[in-house]
Amino acid sequence: MHELAVTEGMLKVVLRHAEQNQVQRVLGITLLIGEMSDIVDEWLQRYFDYLSRGTVAEGAELTINRSPAVFRCGECGDEYLVNIRNQGSFSCPVCGGRNISLISGRELQVLELKVIMNEGNPID
Amino acid sequence: MKEIRLIDIREEILSDNQNLADQIRDRLQKQNVFMLNLMSSPGSGKTSLILQTIRRLNKEFRIGVIEGDIDSLVDSEKVIAEGVPAVQLRTGGACHLDAPMIEKALNSLDLDSLDLVIIENVGNLVCPAEFDTGAAKKVMILSVPEGDDKVLKYPLMFTVCDALIINKTDYLIHSDFNRELLEQRARALNPDIKIFATSCRTGEGLDEWCQWLRETIG
Repeated sequence: MHELAVTEGMLKVVLRHAEQNQVQRVLGITLLIGEMSDIVDEWLQRYFDYLSRGTVAEGAELTINRSPAVFRCGECGDEYLVNIRNQGSFSCPVCGGRNISLISGRELQVLELKVIMNEGNPID
Repeated sequence: MKEIRLIDIREEILSDNQNLADQIRDRLQKQNVFMLNLMSSPGSGKTSLILQTIRRLNKEFRIGVIEGDIDSLVDSEKVIAEGVPAVQLRTGGACHLDAPMIEKALNSLDLDSLDLVIIENVGNLVCPAEFDTGAAKKVMILSVPEGDDKVLKYPLMFTVCDALIINKTDYLIHSDFNRELLEQRARALNPDIKIFATSCRTGEGLDEWCQWLRETIG
């Protein structure tokens, strides 16, 4: 639902790194989005297509990797995956402990850029 | 020759907002101002709860309110009528408040003359959970008419909040809202969450809520 704010933030990060690395064009952007985040992939691409116009990132394709919701049990240390929307119970499957904390699933990251570099001096 | 390369980034998209939120939190702590971020769906009772809280705590704490809405001055007018300073943020479309907006609002309040600032976030159970405002505590309201299955639908909000207020308990007799089930689901996801049950109409639970707030600010 807040894809616009996220896309604006994402574009800022991408353009900063593109400039720092003297990139000619950004072809692809790989994102890591946690399962806890209510972001719709299609809208990210749509907002991105609009906002990136006129920049070196125009036309870049987004690849969205999802990071699952993983909890750690405070009692036995077990780390386990949870299907947040379908699961009835979040307690530890090993010891039944309820002292749990979320250790992954909230990410909103730019992982990697696929770019065309500025052409340097020709070698021959 | 065109060279295609992969550049490793691994940067959080919302890191700018997070950094500013952390700065705001530090600054408020140094100034002895406690800020609360109150979130919920539209119509759950945020403004009513704020008005009831002001009436009960106004003599002990100097309170200020930051109102967030897409548009309208309706909420801030109600707060000002209680004799409390309020800043109205009109987002014009943004579905949540973020740290830059809160910073601007704080700059319009005389923080030297305040002990408690309450943010009434935009009515929305999704997006506000993602954007740290710099508040010391996050509190959400779920009202009885909304139903007891919301933990499953909006897990992030329940995960990030320090307290949950089940509001409009006066509606319990009209609905099949299962309070025990809601509390169980919320605690399963967030074992440390404090849960209150209130009615701004009958006054039920408001003393307990204010007591927690008193102790947390202290």
